[in-house]
Amino acid sequence: MKNKRLDLSYSQMKWETIFKRLLIVMSSILILIVIGTLITLIFKSMPSIKALGIGYLWGKVWDPVQNIYGAYPFLIGTLLTSFMALIISIPFSYAVSIYLGEYNPKGWLSNLLKNAIELIAAVPSIIYGFWGLFVLVPIIRSFEMKIGVAPYGIGIFTSSLILSVMIIPYAASLGITLIRMVPSPLKEGAYALGATRFEVIRSVIMPFTRSGLFAGVLLSLGRALGETMAVTMLIGNTSAIGQTFKDLIFGPGNTMASVIANEFTEADHTVYLSALIELGLVLFCVTVIINLIGKRIITRFTSN
Amino acid sequence: MEHTVVSSSKFNAWFGDNHVVKDVSIGIEKNQVIAVMGPSGCGKTTFLRCINRMHELIPGATTKGSMKLYDDDVYTMNPIWVRYKIGMVFQRPNPFPNLSIYDNVVAGYKLNGLKMPKAEMDQIVEKSLTSAALWNEVKDSLHKKGTFLSGGQQQRLCIARAIAMQPEVILFDEPTSALDPISTSSVEQLFHELKENYTLIIVTHNMQQAARVSDKTAFFYLGELVEFDDTKQMFTAPSDVRTQNYITGRFS
Amino acid sequence: MEARLKVRNTKSILFKCLIVFLSFLITVPLIVILLYIIKQGVLQVNWHFLTHVPAPVGETGGGIANALVGSFIMVMLSAVIAIPIGMLSGIYLSENPHTKLSYYAGLCVDILQGVPSIVVGIVVYFWIVKPLGTFSALSGSVALSIMMLPIVIRSTEQTLRLLPPSLKEAALSLGVPYYRVILKVIVPCGFAGILSGIMLSIARIVGETAPLLFTAFGNPYLSASITKPMESLPHLIFTYATSPYDEWHNLAWGASFILLMFVLILNIVTKLITRKWNIQL
Repeated sequence: MKNKRLDLSYSQMKWETIFKRLLIVMSSILILIVIGTLITLIFKSMPSIKALGIGYLWGKVWDPVQNIYGAYPFLIGTLLTSFMALIISIPFSYAVSIYLGEYNPKGWLSNLLKNAIELIAAVPSIIYGFWGLFVLVPIIRSFEMKIGVAPYGIGIFTSSLILSVMIIPYAASLGITLIRMVPSPLKEGAYALGATRFEVIRSVIMPFTRSGLFAGVLLSLGRALGETMAVTMLIGNTSAIGQTFKDLIFGPGNTMASVIANEFTEADHTVYLSALIELGLVLFCVTVIINLIGKRIITRFTSN
Repeated sequence: MEHTVVSSSKFNAWFGDNHVVKDVSIGIEKNQVIAVMGPSGCGKTTFLRCINRMHELIPGATTKGSMKLYDDDVYTMNPIWVRYKIGMVFQRPNPFPNLSIYDNVVAGYKLNGLKMPKAEMDQIVEKSLTSAALWNEVKDSLHKKGTFLSGGQQQRLCIARAIAMQPEVILFDEPTSALDPISTSSVEQLFHELKENYTLIIVTHNMQQAARVSDKTAFFYLGELVEFDDTKQMFTAPSDVRTQNYITGRFS
Repeated sequence: MEARLKVRNTKSILFKCLIVFLSFLITVPLIVILLYIIKQGVLQVNWHFLTHVPAPVGETGGGIANALVGSFIMVMLSAVIAIPIGMLSGIYLSENPHTKLSYYAGLCVDILQGVPSIVVGIVVYFWIVKPLGTFSALSGSVALSIMMLPIVIRSTEQTLRLLPPSLKEAALSLGVPYYRVILKVIVPCGFAGILSGIMLSIARIVGETAPLLFTAFGNPYLSASITKPMESLPHLIFTYATSPYDEWHNLAWGASFILLMFVLILNIVTKLITRKWNIQL
């Protein structure tokens, strides 16, 4: 037994170094993937960057048949859908955060609601899109007829509606955690001065968690910007933007993600494909930056 | 000298730039119980952890000087072999929560992939648990997980686990500071029985415990070994004024 | 003074009503969508549906066997790729929190978590589809595994960080070498957390469509070859839902039902696991 143990201890030292190196290699793979992604996107965007220059970003016409490319309609489409979705969802995210963070943090009802929120995030986006196409679109169509707008049904407004539901969990779950973190002494001090529940929420909890909640909004925004499938199914896939306000909001359009999804496999010449990839590059950079800022705010908030 | 089990000569240890153990030279004889005491931050735990080379696992930790097990310098040996020969019991009982009591005792073998016939393993389990005065209490639940055991029983399980490796020396890092008085006395009783077969080095914060259980005591202060003497002598007539001050409670 | 107080109290009550109302209103679209999918889809599912491929246009019958098999194969392949890389990276990050590599790798995990799935599809197209010359299940799996990685890594890292350091110390003091301490003590003790991370990541990718649009592409026939295009549940739903044929819409509803049920069950099982094992630990 003694000799066996002595021999074993020496062979094990060899595996030690192999294992430690393996850990390092695996972690490096992550860095390689990210760098590789960036390089691939930049490299493959080069043809359109060279051919179209920076004016591409505010070019208003997207006509692949005539080899004219302008990203402006998609930038508008993305911004409109994402920000409209944010505006619609924020009241709900905040409400849930306050309810589950402050009013009702424990108990079966609270768990039920929390699970429901996680379920919203778990449902695949394709299912949101499918349901939206067959149920939401006819509803919106009759709504549009009532308010005297061209009854497309599909369009930017419909996409924003579905998107707003999908992004609620991102701000909400973060908000719940943050509001629960507000130190009791702070709240008790306000109560001791005779503040009502509403006043404590408004003047103690909200200011305390403000930056963290903002980070939650950023995370929701990042999610909205990158969402592809539900939007592709509901937005109408038109690469021109409406000229009047009504047409803009209620008419069809395209986002950066949806135009890539629709036209990538049809892009037959290099500049066409490259223009689409350039959109992907913009999408990549913007979502990454927003997510990193959001995460940085969160780490700073939680370390305090 | 064959009965000097552990000896160090001008041994130093650092945490980064922090010089925690300064020029410690000591010789510990076989089959004795040695208590190591001193105020917080005096380097006693660090010194203990240098004996079985646990200190170097912390990033930035360094050592200098010689530390010997019998005639071999521990720092030239394979550290895994060192830890086979020098076992350790920690302040908080830490049996493996996902292993049964049986598997906990032979964890040193199983986790290392050392295979042996079941009969032999059964024997080791019974012998170690008996030496740790735990056999009768757990012999019918060997295959249950150890989470239902009391603190004192868990600590004796950890002692059995260390004994199962058939070490020469067992190091104890404040082994009863997390235990209630009854468990503490059951562990202290073990020390008397264990020293027949092993050499025990016990770091303790509790002077009365040092006086109760040890043959010799080492007093550390600010990283230095101030005094090392028979326990009886140390506590009745210490030679160094610092030892005197510590014992009389001038500082702690 | 009292009147003022009454106003303030009323405001507080009204506010609470508003908050509660909005909070529970959120569940309405969720319930509506779930019920609708179940209603439309449950009737579609029968043995024929599960074992046949879609019928050509004009013919009735057919099923989603190609998508079921395809999703299964691709998810398994993605898991095989992502789990080792993810777990080992997670172990490295939790064991070495202060190295430069750990900082940059952690940053990359955060970046990958936010990358839009369509962008992942684009790069894998150029990394694998182009060189291979064909759409393939392999490229789809690679794209999905990239999306799995952040979830697996973060849950492994966080689970291991929560384990008490005394566990590692105990094993090391017995002469167990570092790699065995990790593989035979630390990882088994953190098993519940790591497993739930893996299951959540699978639930996530089984419903992903965008990265498959130009990698696995889709296949009307039953195929088990990873170097050929392969159908998947979400992709089939997309193609058939946006088609003009009622028959295909029905297939899409059935597929949606199955996909939804699978995702729900995975999420529920994950919750049960974490609850059961956490108590023991």
